Amino acid sequence: MLRDNRRVLALAVLILLVPFFLPHPEEKGEKPFAGSDDQAGKVISHMRPDYQPWFTPFWTPPSDEIQSLLFALQAALGSGVIGYYVGLRRGRREAEKAKRAHP
Amino acid sequence: MHIMEGFLPPLHAAAWGVAALPFVVAGVRRADRLLKEKPETRLLLGACGAFSFVLSALKLPSVTGSCSHPTGTGLGASLFGPSVMTLIATIVLLFQALLLAHGGLTTLGANLFSMGIVGPWLAWGCYRAGSTLGLALPTTIFFAATLSDLATYITTALQLALAFPDPVSGIAGSAVKFLSVFAITQLPLAIVEGLLSVAVINWLSRHSVDELRQLAILRGAASVEVTKEECHDAA
Repeated sequence: MLRDNRRVLALAVLILLVPFFLPHPEEKGEKPFAGSDDQAGKVISHMRPDYQPWFTPFWTPPSDEIQSLLFALQAALGSGVIGYYVGLRRGRREAEKAKRAHP
Repeated sequence: MHIMEGFLPPLHAAAWGVAALPFVVAGVRRADRLLKEKPETRLLLGACGAFSFVLSALKLPSVTGSCSHPTGTGLGASLFGPSVMTLIATIVLLFQALLLAHGGLTTLGANLFSMGIVGPWLAWGCYRAGSTLGLALPTTIFFAATLSDLATYITTALQLALAFPDPVSGIAGSAVKFLSVFAITQLPLAIVEGLLSVAVINWLSRHSVDELRQLAILRGAASVEVTKEECHDAA
């Protein structure tokens, strides 16, 4: 089962779709599908209301749009490198195959 | 798993930084040696780093109704050893801390320890165990990637518990709280990371046989046979 990439990827997509079909009781002031990193921050401020972060980022994306732009950029850069690698290897393999067929 | 900027007390922040530093130095050395000895694997290393770059940018929905992201370090750690992935995790975390205000500079040491050290070393251990036991390569990679992802988030929860013990129930009590935020959310996402890593290794087994062989040689004779056999099976 793990050797068949179609099945492997289909299962991954399925796991990611399941959460949308489950009921999620809305907690007070809690947006659905919030980030777990932020939730941990909330646990801290709940447990230790006096705790003040002692350092703030030098630069914060000015809006959610800019932040998602930068996240998309991160994913796009990575995908570009992977795509380059995949194309190169595939091309090389096909060239070898062609060479073997017509030496 | 990104502990937010300023959210670890200075002493904790410094201690995790000191703990992580030797691993980063080892990572730089290891990567340098790898590129000198096996320059042919440079592209694959870049692709594995890129895999981590992509996965850590994707915040995925989980059954708990919250979102979290995979780390993508287990695959590279299995192929190249854990140290190199420490270096790659450093790059990813710096990018996110400086440009995205996601994670932070004061929490870099702690985040590096979970994502760049505990995760990759556990993946490496799983990989070694899997090849020793003679498990099929996709199965081994699945466990290595899934467990390293999960271990990264468990480490984060424990780091936070150490820094913020519950006033009533202490460190154990607050560990339960942080684990309930991180670990359960992460479980399905860790499995997704395992599956994606398997898809990559399946592809590599067909298209990058030479590189996989070279990397296996780097690690000694025992795993060479496993890899060759796997490659043969898949082709």
